[in-house]
Amino acid sequence: MEATSSSVAGVRPSLTKERTSRRSGEQAIKGLLLFAALLSVLTTTGIVIALARETIDFFREVPIADYLFGTKWTPLAGGDQQSFGVLELVHNTLYLTGLGLLVAVPLGLGSALYLAEYASPRFRRIVKPILEVLAGVPTIVFGYFALSFVTPLLKDIGFDLGTFNALGAGIVLGILVLPTIATVADDALTSVPGSLREGAFGLGASKVQVSLRVIFPAALSGVVAALVLGASRAIGETVIILVAGGQAPEITWDPTEAMQSMAPFIAATSQSDIPAQSVEALTIFAVGATLFLMTLVLNLVAIRFVRRYRQVYE
Amino acid sequence: MSVAETTITRRVVERASRGEKTKDLLFRSVLLLCIGIAFLSLGALVFDVIRDGGSKLSLEFLTDFPSRVSPERSGIQSAIVGTLLLMALCAAFIVPVGVATAVYLEEYADRDRWWNRLIEVNIQNLAAVPSVVYGILGLAFIVRDPLALGRVLLAGALTLGLLVLPVVIIVAREAIRAVPPSIREGSMALGATQWQTIWKQVLPGALPGIATGVILALSRAIGETAPLLVIGAATFARFNPGDLTSDAFTALPLTIFRFISDSNTEFQSLGAAAILVLLALLVVMNTGAVFLRNRYEQKW
Repeated sequence: MEATSSSVAGVRPSLTKERTSRRSGEQAIKGLLLFAALLSVLTTTGIVIALARETIDFFREVPIADYLFGTKWTPLAGGDQQSFGVLELVHNTLYLTGLGLLVAVPLGLGSALYLAEYASPRFRRIVKPILEVLAGVPTIVFGYFALSFVTPLLKDIGFDLGTFNALGAGIVLGILVLPTIATVADDALTSVPGSLREGAFGLGASKVQVSLRVIFPAALSGVVAALVLGASRAIGETVIILVAGGQAPEITWDPTEAMQSMAPFIAATSQSDIPAQSVEALTIFAVGATLFLMTLVLNLVAIRFVRRYRQVYE
Repeated sequence: MSVAETTITRRVVERASRGEKTKDLLFRSVLLLCIGIAFLSLGALVFDVIRDGGSKLSLEFLTDFPSRVSPERSGIQSAIVGTLLLMALCAAFIVPVGVATAVYLEEYADRDRWWNRLIEVNIQNLAAVPSVVYGILGLAFIVRDPLALGRVLLAGALTLGLLVLPVVIIVAREAIRAVPPSIREGSMALGATQWQTIWKQVLPGALPGIATGVILALSRAIGETAPLLVIGAATFARFNPGDLTSDAFTALPLTIFRFISDSNTEFQSLGAAAILVLLALLVVMNTGAVFLRNRYEQKW
């Protein structure tokens, strides 16, 4: 009976279990390795505790309702001008992410569709690594690119922009997440089985129809995962916006205005000289907790979608 | 009559297919254009940095210390030294911890146990936490109590290490999984214990893959700015960190940040030159990774 279940997974445990306990020290090694593995759990716990502890301190000073529903974010201003309405930061974060996705979604999905459905193997072999190079460029370099190339270029085209503006930062944010979206979507598209393609062609569908009406819907959950991962990357991005986005005094819908989102606020504030236990310093943790929760939700959604398309076709 | 019919159908088919053909060509061109734009941005980025920073590169730039007032006499020695030390410390941290975690998950963990599943899901999630949040973690636990290291190199290296640890773990696991079970079974059949099998057979076989993963992780860490800003590393340093646990330090991305945030365009060009140095380091590391993968990867 045991022999029949001897798949790869079946043989190994039965071999290992009898052997391991023979030598003293084997168990100790296993314990040591488990300890290393638990460090990752400890990291998550650390993040949650660090954020929660100081955020609670923050809410002792600032009413939760003021934080969650206020629309004016001026924590570093003095006296009456000081206000802790995080909605402004959330608005800016989503706005910049939206601008980025406006660039990255069509370009990323288009690239993925070409790579998956049209490109020759040779073309793929050359192009995919180059896209990965784009994904590996440090974000500080993208920040410089936004500041010194994209914004001046937009000015030349005729936009009325300051040195710091949402438009340039948002477009570069899009270029940053483009490879993420393209590679994850490409994985989803290529995992659609060939039989679906052949069946559709057999029914007389054209290449465009097969791509758009058969392959794309079949890979939809993976494509959605790509979009969510891209969005989560954009929401958490710091340096591009810190360098090229600037800071605005109030909520604006105008992309030519300066704009600061959550992550760059954290980085900028931690660089300024404010005493560690002041309310101003605690904003870092409150905003960090908000950002962490937003990306956590997005990531859980993405993992769910990825698992879904894997289950269907593998 | 039948002749007429066939010509009509043929014409219909031809027209349809001609329409389809242009449509297909159009669609294909639009898709290709998407890739073209992505490539164009990469090209523009490289062009932009070389145009602004190329002329500022010199030996003095690499060996001088930064200056607040005179861009002509500003260099990036402290940033280069800081970055190299940071990477060395980071590697010393992520290699043992990352490989141990990967070995545990691949060779020991029983997937039916809830804690092993927890570890896996946890690593997946950690890989997507924004880097600035790792900065907060580093600030709260490594710079301040309980580790209370202060704003020193070691604190920076640990923070970056935690950030890139998931990359090492994920790639190392794949490398370990690629070693076929027959190798393990053969080793154990000869009387080796499980740990002897892992140490003498599995890890050597997985080494090229693990090394690639470590390089990938370090090439992510080397460009990270946000966590270092948050833990309060210096963006400007007129000296090299002499000690891992007591001196302030800076790193290339931080110095770049400082330079390009300056209103003086001369300093901004220095930022572009420092970016070229950072990109050169990245190219070297990635070439190393590709070389390792091609030269030593085992085909089982």
